[in-house]
Amino acid sequence: MKSLPEITNQVKKNLIWKSIFRRDYRNTVRDRAQAVFGNVFLHLHPVQVRESAVKLRFTWGMGGITFFAYLLLIITGVVLMFYYHPSIDQAYTDIKDLEFQVPFGVILRNLHRWGAHFMVIVVMIHMFRVFMTGSYKAPRQFNWGVGVILLVLTFLLSFTGYLTPWDQLGFWAITVGTNMGAATPLLGYQGPFSEFLHITPFNDVRFALLGGALVGGNALLRSYIWHCIAIPLVATILMFVHFWRVRKDGGISKPQK
Amino acid sequence: MNPFIEIITQPDNIAIVIMIFMVSFFMVWAFQQAFHNDRLLAAGLPVDGENDKFVDTFKPLVRIELIIALVVMVGLTIWSIAVDAPLEEIANPTLTPNPAKAPWYFLGLQELLVYFDPWLAGVVLPSLIVVGLIAIPYIDINPKGNGYYTFAERKWSIIIFSFGFFVLWLLLIVIGVFFRGPGWLWYWPWQEWDHARVVFEPFRDLSSVVGIDSRSLAGFILGAVVTGAYMIGGMVWPYMYWKKNNPEFLTQLGMVRYITTVFLFITMMSIPIKMVLRLVFLIKYVWITPWFSI
Ligand code: HEM
Repeated sequence: MKSLPEITNQVKKNLIWKSIFRRDYRNTVRDRAQAVFGNVFLHLHPVQVRESAVKLRFTWGMGGITFFAYLLLIITGVVLMFYYHPSIDQAYTDIKDLEFQVPFGVILRNLHRWGAHFMVIVVMIHMFRVFMTGSYKAPRQFNWGVGVILLVLTFLLSFTGYLTPWDQLGFWAITVGTNMGAATPLLGYQGPFSEFLHITPFNDVRFALLGGALVGGNALLRSYIWHCIAIPLVATILMFVHFWRVRKDGGISKPQK
Repeated sequence: MNPFIEIITQPDNIAIVIMIFMVSFFMVWAFQQAFHNDRLLAAGLPVDGENDKFVDTFKPLVRIELIIALVVMVGLTIWSIAVDAPLEEIANPTLTPNPAKAPWYFLGLQELLVYFDPWLAGVVLPSLIVVGLIAIPYIDINPKGNGYYTFAERKWSIIIFSFGFFVLWLLLIVIGVFFRGPGWLWYWPWQEWDHARVVFEPFRDLSSVVGIDSRSLAGFILGAVVTGAYMIGGMVWPYMYWKKNNPEFLTQLGMVRYITTVFLFITMMSIPIKMVLRLVFLIKYVWITPWFSI
């Protein structure tokens, strides 16, 4: 019988192990640093951080929690996509199937739904934290702006997801929401001054959002594509800009007096 | 079941209950740290985190991130096991629910529809919220309170932001979720929804208060004068005030920032003003024009 350290040692000498981890970890200053910048995920972080970053009191970890919720939504969302057709004939029954046919379909859908609510809540709290610590002040003005866009995108991600089950809740929430588009000044057919541009229900903002004058199959397809592809694409890119700027603006803000 | 319990335990409303708890918790925590730092500042001591040392990212930070991730994951899993996401009847364009509510985070905006026409409540004001938020770092020229919690050093910015965030955004959401029933009428959570209920309130327009038809030329002019006086007065008065009491601040602020700040502020304040006008004085519109009404 070999002892555990012996086995560990042997595993660590194994070619496959070495190819993955490249070097041994010995808990030296050098290795701790190497652990961070040698790893594509960890190197989002600097090698060292100020104490308040690990103390929760300052940031509450809220930005990180928002990002974690986002990752969870991507994972559960991708799995949901395997079971879903964005057409009005199938969408609703696909969701019913999740409930009754798909193994763990219910919890998958629940995680996606509650995770989405959760992300909206925590992103607002993150913004509140950043405001309360005055962390939008120089040199972080731009990153605050990136954050505001991310806030809007978070709302829109959730909003576009609302329609996908094609049930009464989503249908009417989207109807109410997009009717606002019809009220856009100049560009919505019910908005002020739109008559000067010859705007009708068939060429206004709402029509562009829905791909029609009513919420129907085109609207479902459009919201699906916004929800699953277009907005996540933009949001992901902006998140990396956001993280990059946190680093470049000098890391988590510290008291400047 | 008690209608109050029923309404707060509806699956989608549980999120709002969670939000209320989380927001309250973090609000208290933020202000508590702010007042704590204020005491330190008053005593001339360094604020929290000012003398922070550096620690390694690996493992202290990575460890705490992992713990948070696990806690969040466990929490969401429990939530997902305990509560099922509802699925209503299949979409039916001929069957309009009453009330038809937007997603909860937009209910503050839907609530504004009570007080403003859709082009304002649904388009102009939301756009200005986004623009206004992005503008904050550029119009707040107070260099203090950067990177630490404090209230004393930036009272006004915190009061104004908190009013917008807690009252105009979150409180209106809570009202929209829990207090609005059929016909968007006010219902206490323990009241039964009554679909036949109509409330007749004799709303009038501002000019009809003084006996002028709001759709006549005189009414139009009166409305224009009142609206214009609010906008122009709102733009000019702070200027005069600061000119007299704090001219230095005005110079530092500069014209562009001054106009942006004050415009955003009076637009924001028009919301509570219109609420009072409607709820207390039963006034619907201040100014009616052939193209739009305010
Ligand atoms: C999807 C949305 C968002 C994600 C994933 C995100 C993520 C993060 C993370 C991980 C941090 C590091 C510090 C922390 O955790 O607090 C951060 C910092 C920051 N965020 Fe966000 N954020 C988002 C939205 C926002 C919003 C809505 C705002 C403001 C309107 C904002 C403004 C900032 C600023 C200014 C910092 C730097 C704070 C400092 O240095 O103390 N972010 N964000």
